[in-house]
Amino acid sequence: MVCLKSFNEKVTTLTLKSFKLSLLNLEASAIMIIETLNARRLLCPLPVIRTQDKVKQLNVGDRLEVICTDPGVMQDIPAWCRINGHKVIEATAGNHEYILLIEVGSS
Amino acid sequence: MSKQRKAIALISGGLDSMLAAKTIMEQGVHVEGINFFTGFCVEGHTHAIREKDKAKPKRNNSLWVAEQLGMKLHIVDVIEEYKSVLINPKHGYGAHMNPCLDCKIFMVNKAKQWIVENDFDFIITGEVIGQRPMSQRKATMPIVAKESGADDLLLRPLCAKNLPATLPEREGWVDREKLHDITGRSRKPQIAMAEQFGFDDYSQPAGGCCFLTDKSYSAKLVDLWKSQGHKEYQLDDVMLLKVGRHIRPQPNFKLIVAREEGEGRFLQGYKNEFISMISLSHRGPLVLIDGTPSAEDLYLAAQITARFGQGREAEQVDIDITMLDGSERTLQVKPIREEDMPKAWYV
Repeated sequence: MVCLKSFNEKVTTLTLKSFKLSLLNLEASAIMIIETLNARRLLCPLPVIRTQDKVKQLNVGDRLEVICTDPGVMQDIPAWCRINGHKVIEATAGNHEYILLIEVGSS
Repeated sequence: MSKQRKAIALISGGLDSMLAAKTIMEQGVHVEGINFFTGFCVEGHTHAIREKDKAKPKRNNSLWVAEQLGMKLHIVDVIEEYKSVLINPKHGYGAHMNPCLDCKIFMVNKAKQWIVENDFDFIITGEVIGQRPMSQRKATMPIVAKESGADDLLLRPLCAKNLPATLPEREGWVDREKLHDITGRSRKPQIAMAEQFGFDDYSQPAGGCCFLTDKSYSAKLVDLWKSQGHKEYQLDDVMLLKVGRHIRPQPNFKLIVAREEGEGRFLQGYKNEFISMISLSHRGPLVLIDGTPSAEDLYLAAQITARFGQGREAEQVDIDITMLDGSERTLQVKPIREEDMPKAWYV
């Protein structure tokens, strides 16, 4: 009886641990934040500075969408990402707006 | 095992700061760059605004330098703090509204704060004795070091041999013998050094990297201060000085006239903050009116707006006026004649 209780406790503990681990995994995949930064009307280097400040608040793997009107960001933000270990996932231009999707790296 | 020493290099995007950083990197020191944005930096702004400049490849030179050197770059917004430097410079202005010496002291001071916060060991600048008439003279070198609080943590690799040894040199963090002794305004030693390092593409802005060294820009800034009766400013104020023709027919108002499509689009972003005018009957630029114009002044402003559109020779031009409360009305005006616009109106 004692043995069975102990076995049951162990099973329960193991199940709980697996459940917690599953939850952690779920959290890990769910915590990727996609934030948006409105940098319209700002001229370079201000969109870069605002991006830099925003990225500091994010975690590795998070994504940041930056919306700008200065075409210079198409060069400056990728350059800033390259030297600081972040990745530009997508850069699109249209209707006088420039949108960059950045994935935060581990620098 | 000796500690890995770390230095922060002030990176303007020009050749000298690039060479200074490279010189120290070559000695095995970990170097990162720092660039301060005051609101008056030339980098990119006019290119971003003006349509005609868009054919030229555009880049932020400080980012480009950092990438060439393979180092991180920290761009710091100092717009607010910089106001006190510009409004009340202890060492005065240069040829225009450039407070170069105070500016250098301010930036080195900010770098000093940064190295304390980030556990770095010393500061590098690309200063050269005799390079700039106001801020880079033999007499000003110790002033910058002392008044910034950096003292002997400030190393100028390009002219270090002409200056007393700094802490990084005395402690052996860098080898003084491998530093340089450049003086004067000649660029030959820097160009030779660039060749040696294999740099064949670098920026050498003739008037420095600051709008405050520009005569025309400084005149607009002085006009702004005079018209508002004080020297306070917001970033938008100083950005608008970079755009368009500025015409002040009366002390109480001025017109900002877009010179081409890119500027028009930029001014469009400010339309809700100013009275604005545009020609309805002919193609013409967007015009912002800054100040407190009377009804009579608005009529004159409409005549000037008409002058800069394709209806300049027409008998009558319809000008749409949008007031600050969003209300609109149309004025029929005869464009002002060129000879009736005194040169003194152009700021």
